[in-house]
Amino acid sequence: MSIDLSTRYLGLKLKNPLMPGASPLCDNLDQVKRLEDAGASAVVMHSLFAEQIEKDGAAWNRHALRWENSFAEAESFFPKADGYTLGPDEYLARVARLKEVCTVPVIASLNGTRYGGWVGHAALIEQAGADALELNAYFLATDPDESGEALEEGLLDIVRAVRERVSIPIAVKLSPFHTSVGHLVKRLEDAGVEGVVMFNRLFQPEIDVDLLEVRPKLELSTPEDLRVRLRWIGLLRDQTGVSLAGSGGVHAPADVVKLILAGADAVQSVSALLRRGPQRLGDWLGELRNWMEEHEYESISEMKGALCMARCPDPDAYERGNYLRTLQLWRE
Amino acid sequence: MIKTLSPELVTLDANEAVAHVAYSLSELFAIYPITPSTPMGESVDEWSAKGRKNLWNHVPEVVEMQSEGGAAGALHGALQAGTRACSFTASQGLLLMIPNLYKIVGELHPFVLHVTARTLATHALSIFGDHSDVMACRQTGAAMLCSRSVQEAQDFAAVAHTATLTSRVPFIHFFDGFRTSHEIQKIAKLSNEDLLSMVDDELMASARSRGLTPDKPELRGTAQNPDVFFQAREACNPFHDAVADKVIAAFAALAERTGRSYNLFDYEGAADATDVTVVMGSASETLSETVAALNAAGRKTGVVTVRLYRPFIAPAFLAALPKSVKRIAVLDRTKEPGALGEPLFLDVVTALAEAGRSEIKVIGGRYGLGSKEFTPAMAKAVYDELALPDARRRFTVGIHDDVTNLSVPFDASWILEDDSVRQAVFYGLGSDGTVGANKNSIKIIGESTDLNAQGYFVYDSKKSGAMTVSHLRFGPKPIRAPYLISGADFVACHHMPFVESMDILTVARPGATLLLNAYGEPDAVWARLPREMQQRIIDLKLEVYTLDASKVARAAGMPGQINTVMQTAFFALSKVLPRDEAIACIKQAIKKTYGRKGDAVVAKNYAAVDGALDALLRLNVPGQVDVNAVGRPPVVPPAAPEFIQRVTARMMAGEGDLLPVSAFIPDGTWPVGTTKFEKRRLAEFVPQWDASLCIQCNKCVMVCPHAVIRANACPMAALEGAPEGFQSTKLRSAELKDYAYTLQVSAADCTGCSLCHEVCPARDKTDLKRKALMMVPAPADYTDDQIRWDFFEKLPEAPAVLLQDTVKGSQFRAPKFEFSGACAGCGETPYIKLLTQLFGDHLVMANATGCSSIYGGNLPTTPYTTDRCGRGPAWSNSLFEDNAEYGLGLRAGLDQFSAQAKNLLATLAADLPADIVERLQAPETYTDADRAERRAAVDRLRAALAAMGDRPEAVRLAGLADNLVEKSVWIIGGDGWAYDIDFGGLDHVLASNKKVRILVLDTEVYSNTGGQNSKSTPMGAVAKFAAGGKAADKKDMAMIAAQYGHVYVARVAMGAKDSQTVQAFIEAEAHPGPAIIIAYAHCIAHGIRMAGGLTQQKLAVDSGHWPLMRHNPLNAAEGKPITVLDSAAPKVPLAQYTANELRYQVLRKMKPEHAEALAQRAQAAVATRRAGYEALAAAGKPAAPAPATPATETPANA
Repeated sequence: MSIDLSTRYLGLKLKNPLMPGASPLCDNLDQVKRLEDAGASAVVMHSLFAEQIEKDGAAWNRHALRWENSFAEAESFFPKADGYTLGPDEYLARVARLKEVCTVPVIASLNGTRYGGWVGHAALIEQAGADALELNAYFLATDPDESGEALEEGLLDIVRAVRERVSIPIAVKLSPFHTSVGHLVKRLEDAGVEGVVMFNRLFQPEIDVDLLEVRPKLELSTPEDLRVRLRWIGLLRDQTGVSLAGSGGVHAPADVVKLILAGADAVQSVSALLRRGPQRLGDWLGELRNWMEEHEYESISEMKGALCMARCPDPDAYERGNYLRTLQLWRE
Repeated sequence: MIKTLSPELVTLDANEAVAHVAYSLSELFAIYPITPSTPMGESVDEWSAKGRKNLWNHVPEVVEMQSEGGAAGALHGALQAGTRACSFTASQGLLLMIPNLYKIVGELHPFVLHVTARTLATHALSIFGDHSDVMACRQTGAAMLCSRSVQEAQDFAAVAHTATLTSRVPFIHFFDGFRTSHEIQKIAKLSNEDLLSMVDDELMASARSRGLTPDKPELRGTAQNPDVFFQAREACNPFHDAVADKVIAAFAALAERTGRSYNLFDYEGAADATDVTVVMGSASETLSETVAALNAAGRKTGVVTVRLYRPFIAPAFLAALPKSVKRIAVLDRTKEPGALGEPLFLDVVTALAEAGRSEIKVIGGRYGLGSKEFTPAMAKAVYDELALPDARRRFTVGIHDDVTNLSVPFDASWILEDDSVRQAVFYGLGSDGTVGANKNSIKIIGESTDLNAQGYFVYDSKKSGAMTVSHLRFGPKPIRAPYLISGADFVACHHMPFVESMDILTVARPGATLLLNAYGEPDAVWARLPREMQQRIIDLKLEVYTLDASKVARAAGMPGQINTVMQTAFFALSKVLPRDEAIACIKQAIKKTYGRKGDAVVAKNYAAVDGALDALLRLNVPGQVDVNAVGRPPVVPPAAPEFIQRVTARMMAGEGDLLPVSAFIPDGTWPVGTTKFEKRRLAEFVPQWDASLCIQCNKCVMVCPHAVIRANACPMAALEGAPEGFQSTKLRSAELKDYAYTLQVSAADCTGCSLCHEVCPARDKTDLKRKALMMVPAPADYTDDQIRWDFFEKLPEAPAVLLQDTVKGSQFRAPKFEFSGACAGCGETPYIKLLTQLFGDHLVMANATGCSSIYGGNLPTTPYTTDRCGRGPAWSNSLFEDNAEYGLGLRAGLDQFSAQAKNLLATLAADLPADIVERLQAPETYTDADRAERRAAVDRLRAALAAMGDRPEAVRLAGLADNLVEKSVWIIGGDGWAYDIDFGGLDHVLASNKKVRILVLDTEVYSNTGGQNSKSTPMGAVAKFAAGGKAADKKDMAMIAAQYGHVYVARVAMGAKDSQTVQAFIEAEAHPGPAIIIAYAHCIAHGIRMAGGLTQQKLAVDSGHWPLMRHNPLNAAEGKPITVLDSAAPKVPLAQYTANELRYQVLRKMKPEHAEALAQRAQAAVATRRAGYEALAAAGKPAAPAPATPATETPANA
């Protein structure tokens, strides 16, 4: 049986749905080649942070430029800077370099929280050759005076600003903590995005009881993280026209299958690939193909969303009914 | 040949212009940084690193050497190989090249050395300009060509490179340091075609063909005997005789190509002039402009400008003089004590005498030493003096000499008026970007309009909170005014505290515009101005504008960056350009500068421009001074010593130029402890102590770079009458029950670096961000703070029991190094402060030139001070290249005195009270108590000696008795000194058995001259002359020193382990032979957050980059290990340390793969280094060798 693994994601025709998620995985060209050899259908680059765009220049200002021209014997303290690509230029160079070596699409990633000059960088990323842009909207409502709606409005401002500046497809990587994910996705669709990635994983604080310090900590994902992705992709599959990608909690070949059945156009993995190496992606593709053969699916499009809320035999499973039943199980 | 009709006009300084020509016409550079020539070396290095090609499509190599002596050797070698080598230098650097200059000239190698003429260090160091360095090279036989402006510096560079090829005689091309080297002017650039038209391939090939090669062997550098040396020495004469013609030919080639015509001597002035001056360098332009004004008023004056000084072509000089000349004043920018006259004067006198023109009266004068201004008023004074029947035969001008009465008087108010020139003066703070913005404004105006532009920048000598004064002129005609502005149309003050400490309006002309960067409504700004300033504004009818630039910058998202804001206001107000056009130009420049960095930076800068225009407010100047206005406070407190009032205060107020010769001690001696009179009030935030949280560790006191935070412990009773707000708490001590502990901050001296807050380990358990020291806004009024500080200073000193050799104990001792001008957060000064705390009362310091000599000894105020008995460090600086030897000499000299004193004591012992003799003949134990007892014994000895009348031995011993208490000699300097320029000397001192201690303040880079690579620069870091990242590992000075077997060695990093630092200082002091401590010092040249400097020190140690160790050969005798590793095996990757420093990160941005490769090698080197130290520690159990016997024989020079 010939099996068609291809999928459409963000309007891009991909040879299969599997790709590494935004992470340091793609920082190293060797690693990228290995991922590509293993069958990755696209590469998603490590995020360029708004803070990095705004602060790299500031660091140069603060720690190098501010000392210039202030002392008769030293006009400056560093070799002249115009030869350097400071801050985000380095990222643009990496986009260009990846485009040179990769045969699959390169998806760049921008990460920001508040609207600012950094959104202009999206255009530079497009010019550098990126095939698509993943906007990682990393919001945390730390100000009690700020409503959830205002936060979402802020995200939409960013999205609209980026949309104005680029013509490449845009995916927005969301946090799972929005009150009405579906509504937000709808508004994003209206704002012109091509896809949504579900979900980013937040750094959580950790307390060092010896040093009495708080430090941000990011653990690799676990299989349990998959559930919330399955739920929202399944819920939204038939309610939105944008591409959906599942990201986070993909640790086994079956997880890939589950996400696609729920409706994902693409599946991103980071933790498993970091733990087990790029070859794991190739193994999963093989397993995916085997599963499809066993279950007589000929193409991804046939399988995609087959168990989304609109199409699954028991839609309650995606909703509250499922919750009641789960509790019942505990009681027993 | 075709004349270039419209050359490219560029706006740059002479350093850049000369470097451009030198680069185009050379194959190799061997260089060493020295002010003010450093930027030329940096430019060629930068171009080479970027792969820019010279005229022959070749990328010249740039080799940084360990000293100018080394550079000269490398140049000689390169020239011997037939290469077109070139270099740049000045001052002491030029002196170090002299031996090789003789060789290079003697062997007739075509070669050009570009020199930014700078003062030689005599009674003091001066980084500024005069001709004393080049005048010390007259005898080498090099041709000497002098340019007087930026345009000429470029043109003469080309002429020198051409004429050296055609004549084979090496050239020194020189121009005035700073005044020309750093002056920005709009000039016509020489194109590649211009240069190629002057230097042809045949000349190059001919020079190359004389290179030594085994393919056609020849011998050079023979030794010659009396039979032939003389004749052979004379054989070069025809070449020297031909130089002038070759220069004339090169001038002609230049003129044909560019239309700019020069001669060996150029005359400007009246054709029938009677009174003529002869001069070289930038002063010629001042004289020329003055001559024009004088002649317009009916005088008959002129000026002869010397272009080719050596060889001095007398006929050409005579031909340049107008026939009518009756009187000549020769002006020399150098001083030759004891000579009949200065060199140019003697040349002129000889030329006239030999030509039989003795009817012409010639007088000679000195001017402009150490960049002293030479203004039209001074130029006029020279002509006025010359016209007097009894004119001084020898004179000085520009100063008031009330000792030998040589100076001619001048009327400073006489200025040359030119309404077509717009003049602007800006007072800025070093780190606020004012100079950078002004350089940018000059470029904008110079390159986008037909106007000519000139910029010159004056800096004070502080490294924190320095004042910069920018002088900008714009006008339709070429600007020939190499002196500061005195009649500005526009004055801007970017930092308001300046108006309280000095009169910034002395430079303003009536009706000028004044722009103040000040917060609040204009009326409120007016009310805050000092009374004297209000009066000046009214008297001069100034138009005043205010602008809260900090607020605009903050609103634009660029907090603290006021430069764009103030620049915009300047363009809006100055009328140099139509306002809209000016704003468009600024925005265009912003786009050009920041465009590549994305929209964000550009948008912020645009916002700053627009915000500036909106926030600019006109101040309606009232008709009279505000009745409530406060007068300017006195510069120093009225209680300051007389000398401080009479001399130092004038310098602090910017009036040093007005001090007469009699104000100064002739041999360069200055009083100590003067920084305390200069309350600079720089900090926006200062530390505030919470006594209830404090654990009394004294770490804050230890790390404070400026000694503004001090601890004391005194009896509770001593606090009676403490001023309001004076904080103290009970001393944590088992023995001292009724004692109080107090910590005091001198807010007015604080730079706000916050190292004290960072290091403070005491936190509030319920609010862990609160520490015992928190940074709070600086007080608006420092009066109460000063009262508390004064009270603190008068408290009894901490009791001896607390003064242990620990971090805490050492910090109860008062520092004898305070309030220096070092950078905020400096990593070096805490070590020096510690040194003075531990040994300050018997300390003799030899300080190598560099940062530590600048913040240690640059006037007007200096930080070394005394204890309550009047004892303190005896500090001095000799040179950069000799400091180790200099310190050894100090030691040897003091040893002579102590030996003589001991001998005399023994001789007189029988006649002196036995207890005194016994006390003083007992070996010193080097404790405070022992020292105090010995000093008391010395006092009694003196009294006993006085009773012996005039017995010669008694008189001599009385004069030497203080030497019966041993002095400690410490030799200090940076890594550029220790690793590079004086490594040979340092090595020699280590090899000796002299009891000297060496402290290397290791910033891993040349800090003072702006971040050049040293042999301490680590692998993977970028530095100037290592722009592509240092590829070799740093030198391990500790290992080198340890191999001697008798040297005490320590590597310390205060931020990593302060207790080990204190221990190393104590052990070094106690070591009977040479000792060296290599101290890691974070630095602004690392590109770090300076408040995080101590954290970086810790990371440097934890990553294994900077292992801590102590190596004491004497330990073996006590059965203790010789080498102790004070830091554990590396526990964090090197990358964790390097990630926080721009010097490493810049390379990652520029060449990521190369950076990664170097980082991996550097990480591997960490392991190797650790293994080396572990091996040293493991091997450290041999019997201790006795301190080495010094080499007593010095081999004769071959």
